[in-house]
Amino acid sequence: MPALHALANPARFQKIARPLTPVLTWVGVVLIAVGAWAGLTQTPPDYLQGETVRIMYVHVPAAWLAMGGWSGIAMSSIAYLVWRHPLAHIAARSIALPGALFATICLVSGSIWGRPTWGTWWQWDGRLTSMLLLFFVYCGYIALARADADRGGNGRIPALYGIAGSALLPIIHYSVVWWNTLHQGPSIGIAGSTIDRSILWPLPIMLAGFTLFFAGIVLMRMRAMLATAKAEARMARMARI
Amino acid sequence: MNQWSFVVAAYAVTFLGGAGVGIASYAAMRRAERPRK
Repeated sequence: MPALHALANPARFQKIARPLTPVLTWVGVVLIAVGAWAGLTQTPPDYLQGETVRIMYVHVPAAWLAMGGWSGIAMSSIAYLVWRHPLAHIAARSIALPGALFATICLVSGSIWGRPTWGTWWQWDGRLTSMLLLFFVYCGYIALARADADRGGNGRIPALYGIAGSALLPIIHYSVVWWNTLHQGPSIGIAGSTIDRSILWPLPIMLAGFTLFFAGIVLMRMRAMLATAKAEARMARMARI
Repeated sequence: MNQWSFVVAAYAVTFLGGAGVGIASYAAMRRAERPRK
């Protein structure tokens, strides 16, 4: 925990974030390129779904980042409310837009996958509807955080909203268990996977690549917010002189 | 419709969206960190 507090110092964060941003982003891009190449050319088609099973390599990482992103917002919000670290608030705000984007990608790629697999673009089943709700919750957070910043708020209300929104995460996760849905049940768990290894192996590469790319984007957005806040503080100081 | 059309569409949405947010975030970071007079 002391290491986390030390990192919350904006100057120290900038010192670490500057070299880390391109490393995370480019390693992420390379892993995504390798994973996409492997997923599109090196794996066999599924015996039931045919070639469309390859959509899994972009759909699953998008779902992982949409849910992981909101977990990040919730944890940053708790850190902000408990320790009052301004960096935690900046981190939560920086995650919101890429998180919303990956929730959109998850919904759109799922819809594209659903058409040839289920015969429909959309179905109001538990998993699809709860993921759509997460997208709306992201939109609400973005609007709330922006309004709070514009009115000179202290970030407390967006932080509370960030924590409250995390109630949706177990609903999304267990939606395929609790309700008899069109969406398939959990096929990847801690104990293993029901997907054949010949098809599964590019997925961890894509998951790692997208996660690093996402982290790189979040660092870029945090650096932009910190630099803007610094410039605004300098302008305010100059105006007082 | 050919199954590959769906695969290409899903990858296009993902990569265009990812590249878009990546480029926008990079541009915002460079703009904000540019030294001001």
